[in-house]
Amino acid sequence: MPLKIFGDWRLKKVEQASPLKTVVITLISICLGLLFSALLLLFTGNDPGEIYGDIVFASVGSAYGWSETLVEMTPLALCALGVSVAFRMKLWNIGAEGQFYMGAFGATFCALHFPNLSQWILLPLMFVAALICGGIWGLIPAIPKALWNVNETISTLLLNYIAISWVAYLVFGPWKDPSGNNFPLTAAFSNNASIPSIGGTRISYAIILVAVFAVVLFLLLRHSKWGYEIRVSGSSRKAAEYAGMNYVRNILVVLFISGAISGIAGMTEVSGVLHKLQQSISPGYGYTAIIIALLGRLNPLSIVLVSFLMGGLVVGGYDLQTLGFPSSISSMFQGAILFFVLAGELFCNYRLVRKEVQA
Amino acid sequence: MKSMKRTILFAVCAELVFAGVLTGCGRDSSSSGNETKVAFVYIGPVGDYGYTYAQDQGRKYLQSHLKNVKTTFVENIPETADCERTFEQLVQKGNKIIFGTSYGYMDYMADVAKRYPNVVFMHGSGYKTSKNMGTYFDRDYQARYLTGMAAGKYTKTNVLGFIAPFGTPEVVRNIDAFTLGAQSVNPNVKVNVVWTNSWDDPPTEKTAANSLIDARADVLATHVDSPSFAQAAQSKKVLAIGHNADMQKYAPKSVLVSDLSNWGPYFVNVVKSVQDHTWKSSQYWGGIKDNNVIDISSFNSKLVDKDFQNVVMQKRQDIIDGKFDPFQGPVYDQSNKLKVQQGQNLTDAQLLSIDWFVKGVQGTIPKS
Repeated sequence: MPLKIFGDWRLKKVEQASPLKTVVITLISICLGLLFSALLLLFTGNDPGEIYGDIVFASVGSAYGWSETLVEMTPLALCALGVSVAFRMKLWNIGAEGQFYMGAFGATFCALHFPNLSQWILLPLMFVAALICGGIWGLIPAIPKALWNVNETISTLLLNYIAISWVAYLVFGPWKDPSGNNFPLTAAFSNNASIPSIGGTRISYAIILVAVFAVVLFLLLRHSKWGYEIRVSGSSRKAAEYAGMNYVRNILVVLFISGAISGIAGMTEVSGVLHKLQQSISPGYGYTAIIIALLGRLNPLSIVLVSFLMGGLVVGGYDLQTLGFPSSISSMFQGAILFFVLAGELFCNYRLVRKEVQA
Repeated sequence: MKSMKRTILFAVCAELVFAGVLTGCGRDSSSSGNETKVAFVYIGPVGDYGYTYAQDQGRKYLQSHLKNVKTTFVENIPETADCERTFEQLVQKGNKIIFGTSYGYMDYMADVAKRYPNVVFMHGSGYKTSKNMGTYFDRDYQARYLTGMAAGKYTKTNVLGFIAPFGTPEVVRNIDAFTLGAQSVNPNVKVNVVWTNSWDDPPTEKTAANSLIDARADVLATHVDSPSFAQAAQSKKVLAIGHNADMQKYAPKSVLVSDLSNWGPYFVNVVKSVQDHTWKSSQYWGGIKDNNVIDISSFNSKLVDKDFQNVVMQKRQDIIDGKFDPFQGPVYDQSNKLKVQQGQNLTDAQLLSIDWFVKGVQGTIPKS
């Protein structure tokens, strides 16, 4: 049923947009986003060219920019990969933020209690702890969903606040660094509990995990029986059960894996970048991950690319400030681009047609 | 695979568009001549009309009082890994002196300082120093004592409220000095403390203010960064003491007096000493007598009577002349234990690590 827009104009769904059309639409969307922001910048008396140039220069125009973009990309990509697994089964897990915090909690627990274990034992231990804690945080809303069909969008969201408060309790209380002047931080992790960095950069070797997870998920989701099962389960529970698939088990497994990957992202952040646990370890990675997963159309490899772009936007945004632009300009700018790209999606899937005048 | 291709196309398009824009604008490198580039990193917005505002007033003073200086600032930088990137970006933009104004920047700033031995890093309120990283702060407790006197004088319920961010020595010291000042004019006064767990969180500060007022506090003070608590006080018709900047204009019917920081002249000294190569890493801690780096504002003439103003100003003069110190003994802690003997003062080291409340403070310092 075509949607009436204005006068004779109707929106009609198209089956599959041609690649050329996709390119053109994406290009136009980005240009409109840039143009829209440029107008706002002009109104506020700034030079848009200078600002755009600076973002590109800061994020990919120097070795340092590249490295920082990759630092920012790591947690974004892992969380986005995590939520995309659940989204494949149409399980709207928006709890990546909480799963990230719980992963950081699990990893920190090991780092603070066994600081002197050999690195080859301690890091895997932290990894497993983060995986389990994040996974359990995904599993908790999965159980009521599987048994009583409780809406997981709300339960995963609410669990975020619990996880964030739990970490705050720990850093303000039992885990506070006794020699830290009473400021809410844990003691710094020992070297054995820190993921080493590559060269002189801040990129930790955790970035390899991004590649590994992306490829494994790509293969699993596309070429395995299980990947097929969760796709079918996502489309229709009835069809899945009719075909003999265990729908309940799939919900539990999918949300556990989804949470586990975000949990691992939490570990890579505290162990690879911050080297301690503190109150605000994430500027909303778990939420940005949802946008990334959707922009990447749940394709693990696309998600890595989109994460890279978003990482660059974040790094460029911070750099803008060092030129004296207020911090709100960069977030407005990111919002505008996203808004236009998402709006442009409409025209990939729909076509504007004019109702034929009947004779 | 289709969606994959599409995303790659999306990425390529984005880069192309960006690159097109990039070539359109020639990047100008504006480091001309002997100009010293100085950058300031703030935790809050420059418009917080509190802590960050005061630091930025100092920056503006520096910009207008030294000719060969170019200052920039970056606001709303969290105390996380992001701040390390900001310091790094500022170094790469050619800044030679970087002021980081928030306590939690400390470890990240120390990391960056290690990598750039030729850049001077100045950290506000911390304690870690290195060859090219110094710290600076003001003897906030001197002004606190004076504003505490006003609070003690004008309370009717004998209950004062204090909104505190974290249990660090800086905050504890301020609460103690405030209480001692209030007790010096009103021995029955008690100070209730509420913690917000953040330097800058106006909604929580407002809630904290209301909870203190509900618990009978009728003069509020704070060590957080914004004037929102004073507005809450005014709407509930109780009094307030401003912090970091003259907050009278935000709550003219409530604010008796404010403490304020005047960083400008100090910043000028730092930059000058770096320019003529005499700068050395140190822990600067300036008081009222040091160019009024910390001081109190003028009194609210509608609320504070002239005679009492003179009493406070006399105390201020005694502090400047070294005749009086806010932590002059005898000082008792909450458990009534004598902490400072008659005729003695706390040493700087003790002041910088203080972790006990004086008698009369109601509340506990969060400890692990």
